[in-house]
Amino acid sequence: MVLLPCPHCGPRDAAEFGYVGERAARPDPGAATPQQWRGYLYLRRNPAGWADELWLHRAGCGRYLAMSRHTVTGDIRAVRDAATGGAD
Amino acid sequence: MKLRRSLPRPARYSGFGLLRHALGGAPWPPVWRRHDLRDRYDVVVIGGGVHGLATAYYLAANHGVNNVAVLERGYLGGGASGRNTAIIRSNYLTPEGVAFYHRSVRLYESLAADLNFNVMFSQRGHLTLAHTDSALRTMRWRAEVNKLQGVDSSLVGRSEIGSLVPHLDVSDRPRFPILGGLWHPPGGIVRHDAVVWGYARGADAAGVHLHQDTEVVGIDVTGGRVQGVRTNRGRIAAPAVVACTAGWASTVCDLAGVALPITTFPLQAAVTEPVRPFLDTVVVSGTRHVYVSQTDRGELVFGAAVDPFPSYSSRGSLEFTEGVAAHVLELMPALAPVRILRQWAGLCDMTPDFSPVMGPTPVEGFYVDVGWGTYGFKAGPVAGETMASLVATGKTPDLIAPFDLARFTDGRLVGERGAAAVGH
Ligand SMILES: Cc1cc2nc3c(=O)[nH]c(=O)nc-3n(C[C@H](O)[C@H](O)[C@H](O)COP(=O)(O)OP(=O)(O)OC[C@H]3O[C@@H](n4cnc5c(N)ncnc54)[C@H](O)[C@@H]3O)c2cc1C
Ligand SMILES: [Zn+2]
Repeated sequence: MVLLPCPHCGPRDAAEFGYVGERAARPDPGAATPQQWRGYLYLRRNPAGWADELWLHRAGCGRYLAMSRHTVTGDIRAVRDAATGGAD
Repeated sequence: MKLRRSLPRPARYSGFGLLRHALGGAPWPPVWRRHDLRDRYDVVVIGGGVHGLATAYYLAANHGVNNVAVLERGYLGGGASGRNTAIIRSNYLTPEGVAFYHRSVRLYESLAADLNFNVMFSQRGHLTLAHTDSALRTMRWRAEVNKLQGVDSSLVGRSEIGSLVPHLDVSDRPRFPILGGLWHPPGGIVRHDAVVWGYARGADAAGVHLHQDTEVVGIDVTGGRVQGVRTNRGRIAAPAVVACTAGWASTVCDLAGVALPITTFPLQAAVTEPVRPFLDTVVVSGTRHVYVSQTDRGELVFGAAVDPFPSYSSRGSLEFTEGVAAHVLELMPALAPVRILRQWAGLCDMTPDFSPVMGPTPVEGFYVDVGWGTYGFKAGPVAGETMASLVATGKTPDLIAPFDLARFTDGRLVGERGAAAVGH
């Protein structure tokens, strides 16, 4: 079983979480060109290493979490509630 | 399309040759050779899976371009090409997808003869089960799209399914009873390693250099044009570079500054101990997230959808084995005593629309043949044929024009999810 740390619930089975996607700065919908907007929608860094990701603790507190996870080792070096600030 | 020239072959494989080696005890010649790295090739192909090897083979065989190197970080076929469940079919959802995979099935049909290598292509029929009304609706749609493209594909009912697959539970007992299915007679399975080795042998015989243990660590680009690649064995100049690196596509394309719409997910599979032959179709259930086929050795091969989150590690998980076992037993309760022998994982380069990314990139001379997700083994021959044609002639073949990288920023997605999420 893979355990993921939740800042509200503690370490929990990864099956409780939903992977939402890479965190990326959302362009201003009013100012972005269609190309920029679609780049935001579809293009991904997909690194083999540290990735900044958004997860949802679906079967737990129901909160969105910002996680820094290593995509090769599975290590997690930082996690926080996505709504409660922190440097982006 | 008859461009093929006669290739210089190593000793041809034949019944007579087999007998001669068996009686004479002479060692078989190596299937491909080792070479020093040249400092320049006309084409560098990154990735020694079925896609890279087929691209190199068709460059030489169809276009006479044989100053070609295939650079493989590990061993040939060590990526997804050696880890897949080898399902071949063309019953996709979009006209673009159906036409493309149909050509690949055609190439597979003559591949053993073309390569003089037995790839054991068994067109045993491919059956996708529907357990819900919405699944039936998608299948009806697929069957019509398939028929319009000349692909043998039709909707079948419960009783027909019962006679096609003896041990399938077609009763009302399961939580999700089988309502119908999509039957695709030309679908089947192939011996994946043989396809890889056959293309490698053919490419080698035509003069292509196959370099294993050769990792690309940099791609040189100046003035928007590719100049060559840097490897752990030295620098290579090349006016054309093709990335065929599937699960690692993002890391390799990043070296050239090309961003992709790809996320890498592991996909797992498992096999059981061998049992007597009883299953001569490939059976897929999207609702049950599982598919089953039986190999020539009698093992049952089980597969499912990708793991729930991205990763570059190919570790297996107990969740997968438990899930696949539970789902298989809902379909075929008689398999309860059969034991799973091993499981494994491979990396899949998933795209948002479940279609590949093929063709030129914003970097001139740098091409991609990636985004193969969970469905790219069946596409090896047609992808090799079309990518070779693109690189050799500079013209994008019609078959792959819809799959260009620019479709994501232009908003022209080719949605294949309904035909590719579980049944690879
Ligand atoms: C469990 C599983 C089941 C599947 N089932 C099916 C199926 O039933 N039917 C189907 O059609 N498809 C299936 N697939 C998908 C299919 O296997 C792949 O889409 C296909 O094999 C991709 O082939 P490829 O040649 O593009 O990539 P690969 O075979 O992955 O080859 C890419 C190669 O690139 C090399 N590489 C990476 N980075 C570098 C670098 N920097 N330098 C040099 N080399 C590098 C890797 O070592 C690797 O060998 C399945 C996949 C898996 C994992
Ligand atoms: Zn929580």
